[in-house]
Amino acid sequence: MLNPSQWTEDIAAEIAAAEGIPVLTEDHWKVIRFMRKDFEERGQIPTIRRIKNAGGVPVQDLYKLFPDGPAKKAAKIAGLGKPQGCV
Amino acid sequence: MNTDTLKRVAPQAETTGNGKIKKVSIVVSKGTLEGIYPGLIMANGARMEGIEANLFFTFFGLDAIIKKRINKVKVATVGNPALHIPSFIGVIPGMSALVTKMMMKEMDKLDIPPVGEFLEMIKAAGAKIYACKATVEMFHLSKADFCDEVDDIINVAAFYEKSAGGQIIFT
Repeated sequence: MLNPSQWTEDIAAEIAAAEGIPVLTEDHWKVIRFMRKDFEERGQIPTIRRIKNAGGVPVQDLYKLFPDGPAKKAAKIAGLGKPQGCV
Repeated sequence: MNTDTLKRVAPQAETTGNGKIKKVSIVVSKGTLEGIYPGLIMANGARMEGIEANLFFTFFGLDAIIKKRINKVKVATVGNPALHIPSFIGVIPGMSALVTKMMMKEMDKLDIPPVGEFLEMIKAAGAKIYACKATVEMFHLSKADFCDEVDDIINVAAFYEKSAGGQIIFT
């Protein structure tokens, strides 16, 4: 994502498809919307721990929704770039 | 036998074609906060990258998975020169608890969870968690002493079987 302000929900669906997630369900959107809102409020991509505690999405569900790298994948689909932390 | 012949005869299943690691088995052998966390962060990090992960706790690393001790993991303040506190101060009762409290506060700011919560997350992320059979027997423990996240108590042979085809990281 070269220009984050260009992100739209349609672009998200395209990125998701490229990442191996053909359909974004309401559960996916819950995570994506939380991540975007949290990023806007705190200026940082939320960690998996934050998505679990503040976002209310259990870790197991997160791995089912975004297999093989949920923090990175979800952040990419949400147009937020790469998470910088170690957790 | 040179490297090329060896690679042809016994190809390693460790990595995919692009060099990505597929599986890691992480051994945690120390019971201090600074001895336990690197292993946990690496196991969690592996799962976040889609890498299969096994966590194997042995010797004093068992403190991280014993129900009674899980939330009492402390920083070593004696004989720990990198902490930059002389040992004759570090030995004062309460110093370890104080330093641990300060360090946990810094970790929380970075969203690094306490050991118990971290193990829950690592397990929920799909990692497998094991205790070392030899140490369990030595310390007269049983499965009931461990937290729910522990999958099994295994011996070193089983550890090697489970680690086959992957990388082993000793901490």
